[in-house]
Amino acid sequence: MQDVGLTHFLILAATLFSIGVVGIFINRKNIILVLMCIELMLLSVNINFVAFSTFAGDIAGQIFSFFILTVAAAEVSIGLAIVTVLFRNRGSIEIEQSNLMKG
Amino acid sequence: MLTEFSMSNILPALPEIFLAGSILALLLVGVFSAKENASRSVLGLSLVSLVVTLLLILSGSLSSHHIEFAFPYGQGLDGGPAGFFFISDLFSIYAKSLILLVAIIAIILSEDVLNRLRINKFEFYILVLVSVLGMMVMVSSHHLLTMYMGLELMSFSLYVLVSFWRDNNKSSEAGLKYFVLGSLASGLLLFGLSYIYGVVGDLSFTAIGDVISDIQMDGQNVTLVVALVLVMTALAFKLSAVPFHMWTPDVYQGAPTPVTTFMAAGPKVAAFALLMRLLTEPFAAMAADWTQVIIALSILTMAVGSYMAIVQTNLKRLLAYSSIGHVGFMLVGLVGGTAQGVQSVLMYLTIYSLMTMGAFGLLMLLRRKDIYLETIDDVAGLSEQAPAYAFMLMLLMFSIAGIPPLAGFFAKFYVFSAAVAAGYSWLAILAVLFSVIVAYYVLRVVRSMYFDKMVSVSVDLSAPLLMRGVVVGLVIFVAGYIFAMQPLDEFTYRAAESLLLAKNF
Repeated sequence: MQDVGLTHFLILAATLFSIGVVGIFINRKNIILVLMCIELMLLSVNINFVAFSTFAGDIAGQIFSFFILTVAAAEVSIGLAIVTVLFRNRGSIEIEQSNLMKG
Repeated sequence: MLTEFSMSNILPALPEIFLAGSILALLLVGVFSAKENASRSVLGLSLVSLVVTLLLILSGSLSSHHIEFAFPYGQGLDGGPAGFFFISDLFSIYAKSLILLVAIIAIILSEDVLNRLRINKFEFYILVLVSVLGMMVMVSSHHLLTMYMGLELMSFSLYVLVSFWRDNNKSSEAGLKYFVLGSLASGLLLFGLSYIYGVVGDLSFTAIGDVISDIQMDGQNVTLVVALVLVMTALAFKLSAVPFHMWTPDVYQGAPTPVTTFMAAGPKVAAFALLMRLLTEPFAAMAADWTQVIIALSILTMAVGSYMAIVQTNLKRLLAYSSIGHVGFMLVGLVGGTAQGVQSVLMYLTIYSLMTMGAFGLLMLLRRKDIYLETIDDVAGLSEQAPAYAFMLMLLMFSIAGIPPLAGFFAKFYVFSAAVAAGYSWLAILAVLFSVIVAYYVLRVVRSMYFDKMVSVSVDLSAPLLMRGVVVGLVIFVAGYIFAMQPLDEFTYRAAESLLLAKNF
């Protein structure tokens, strides 16, 4: 049985982060999914911070992760507010229809 | 361990604390005053609080020539605090004064337009103030946590401001695009920060600078390079440097013009100031790595900004691409990281902000039948219908192209000579070639105003006196820049010196 080390946490966080980034770019359907991908990105960074902080015995990283949690909550609420406004104007929240401006 | 509380630990942050307090007070004023005059009174009070903040900042620059730190934490090896959250030096004082000036001008310019679009709500001014507070914190940060919080405070209020025109389809679409790409950028920033924390084990700029210069002694550290690239990518998003510029034209076009005016100037100043502080302080030892990134970004940004502007027909999009191009020129000044380079970028930022705000200000003054002029065809024949305004727009356009003796020429001259002095003559020559292309699309606008067949609908020019006065003032600054050159030069010189001194503390 292998011990779980710092590298495992970093790989986990990097994988989750990549899923989040890729999700934003390849998802052409629903804006709610984009919001979830953004949340996934921010939270995977939290894993990084907490892992580094635990393995280095320094508390600052864990404090930082609390700030990220707070900011992520604010970020998603702003995102949902914008989606609501968009839905009221257009009656749909599909990304493919967001093409009023081009060039 | 808790650091003992003393006034001298928070005093350097007094302007920010004052602004935060007045934002809370203004929210109460807005909520409790009668609905019809809420926005009027909040507008007046927010101007007052911005002016007071500006005076507080400038009083700091008169009383002290040295660098002040605030909000200490922890205990270092020598018994003093382990680090500081906040720095106040002449560099941050200069950048913050510019940001406040931009905000004051933007608020004065916006009232009339907001009234006509029927979105003059008091929240607008409060959101501008919150965003300004975020920018000030960003510029003065000396710790990754403060930097992150400042950046997000700025961005969040801008997301809301962009989609502020609630009934407008384009505005909410622009808000969505800005929100998604901005969040992506802040995710990349955080990922980079977490790796920096992992390598360094500390979040303070001083500690990061020390550890990085130690690590660089034993060769290149791949993790740090990845982190540096991620952080620079995120800031390039905020600066709208190519290839991270996709949102800029859409957002500038979709957002209500008052918001565009503010966005084109304020956040650019803050992001550039933060970038300069990061590159010259914590990442000073990695200059060889980040210089390559800056060179690549600047060439791409100048090229795309200049070429894409040629095909635009919408003036707001055209100005968006021109502002992308200007960011490219500013990045040229940054290569080498010399004091002269930092000074030239500060000068460029000042001139660019006032010039662009003047151009957007003119777009907010010109209407045909209550519809604002937006495309190049809309301004056709303006020289006969509104000769004074056409002349002012022509001056601003020539300044954007960098034609002497207007301000834009000197801005470009400073960054190019800084690049030559740092040993990058080839980059300066390339930049001069790109600035020739800028003249092409600028002349298209001027030709439309002076030589094309007139649009038969008459131009409506009625606007508040103060708004017109501010626009005229901006044009006078651009035209008579030679007379303002001396004091600006001195102030920016001292600011650049203080930035490069700060890393020795």
